[in-house]
Amino acid sequence: MRFSGLRVLKEGLTGNRGWGPHWRDPAPKPAYDIVIIGGGGHGLATAFYLAKEHGLTNVAVLEKGYLGGGNVGRNTTIVRANYFLPGNSEFYSHSLKLWEGLENELNYNVMHSQRGVINLFHSDGQRDAAARRGNAMINQGDDAELLDREGVRRLLPYLDYDQARFPIYGALHHKRGGTARHDAVAWGFARGASARGVDLIQNCEVTGIDTSGGRVTGVQTSRGAIKARKVAIVTAGRSGQVAQMAGLRLPIESHILQAFVTEGLKPVIDNVVTFGMGHFYISQSDKGGLVFGGDLDFYPSYAQRGNLPTAEHVMEAGMTLMPMIGKARVLRSWGGIMDMTPDGSPIIDRTHIEGLYLDCGWCYGGFKAVPGSGFALAHLLATDRPHDSAAGFRLERFRDGQGLMDEEGTGAQHNTH
Amino acid sequence: MRMTCPLCGARDLREFTFRGAALARPEGDDWNEAWHDYLHLRDNPAGESREYWAHAAGCGAVLLVTRDTRTHEIFAVEQARGAGA
Repeated sequence: MRFSGLRVLKEGLTGNRGWGPHWRDPAPKPAYDIVIIGGGGHGLATAFYLAKEHGLTNVAVLEKGYLGGGNVGRNTTIVRANYFLPGNSEFYSHSLKLWEGLENELNYNVMHSQRGVINLFHSDGQRDAAARRGNAMINQGDDAELLDREGVRRLLPYLDYDQARFPIYGALHHKRGGTARHDAVAWGFARGASARGVDLIQNCEVTGIDTSGGRVTGVQTSRGAIKARKVAIVTAGRSGQVAQMAGLRLPIESHILQAFVTEGLKPVIDNVVTFGMGHFYISQSDKGGLVFGGDLDFYPSYAQRGNLPTAEHVMEAGMTLMPMIGKARVLRSWGGIMDMTPDGSPIIDRTHIEGLYLDCGWCYGGFKAVPGSGFALAHLLATDRPHDSAAGFRLERFRDGQGLMDEEGTGAQHNTH
Repeated sequence: MRMTCPLCGARDLREFTFRGAALARPEGDDWNEAWHDYLHLRDNPAGESREYWAHAAGCGAVLLVTRDTRTHEIFAVEQARGAGA
């Protein structure tokens, strides 16, 4: 089934009776070439690119719950490529290019909206850092524009420019950044993978990883044993538990990150605005809700909900920056389980067990990475060589100290990012 | 979430700062697997977790907290000093 404007028109005129399921619901086969554990954004994108780029379709994605029910359905939907360090920079640049072609490639409306990401700064030192980051982005081939105070005011007239603690000096404007409809990204990749022959198996919890002589041979699941030549763990905040099934300990701590959404309002915030000094960022969804968040709660958690002090802190920062939002009522708040690495950068790599692969450690930035991560992991699974864009995401960088990517400059230790 | 400091009594979460998993610090200064383990690798338990917290905005004591990471329930708080952690 191909989506088009004509099809929408025809279905609309004939009672919408022609739409079918977007993906098949197969029973698991006894064996696959490749098993991907985790049917979230990264796992589904990996399956899609395995099929599309490498012609590998004897592949299963095993999902404990329902497709896209984890972090890909719980994030604040921001897409950007404004990283600074080599290793990260080329990866997110590549991912953004994939985003830009994604809707055509998937024939699926993921509502990718390049409305611009505006990172505010509040001092001369921060201006220098923003200029340096902007130059790095331009050198990478992406876009960045340094705005002075008046330049920001033209775009965001509603900010409080004269607050005493963090007066607004300007911003780094990344025009190709923006947002996307998070669920649709998971659904689009799922549909594309399923149509090419990948089996997406829901309600299938992996309970064990089988190895023999240092090589992976398959997985045990709640729907029976499945043999596989290669197994990829793509389970975000649950990476620690899944890796433990293969006897691995990972450089990952799972932390809670909260997000909030208000009642629907008329269009008022046209871009993504970040206020790093206050730990606050915001955008407005196409439904009208103000979607915002801040920093981690800063303690390990699998509860998928946070505590009130962080909620209060985020709201205070929002009120400091844009007092106009004070009358908007918060509809919901929730939390996601963030797979935090010591240096704040991810891992896409092989493990010491032959045939067992890892894609994890996305910290609080996994959504924008979905296409790039899927592309890179598919390349690694298919060729056993890292893709150029993700060659820096080595598991062993913590052991050997080489190529740590500490984007925030706070030290490559847990609980600092 | 509230935490009961053994020195100060029950206090609000915002007085406390998470300081990391309660792990045994290796001996010696030379880089080796034990240090890699200690600094980077984590059990990252979903369930009961033993971790250090500091009563940073209170008495300053470092505490050994036993906590459920799935529910945020706190089972025990004791002073880290002398707790054998």
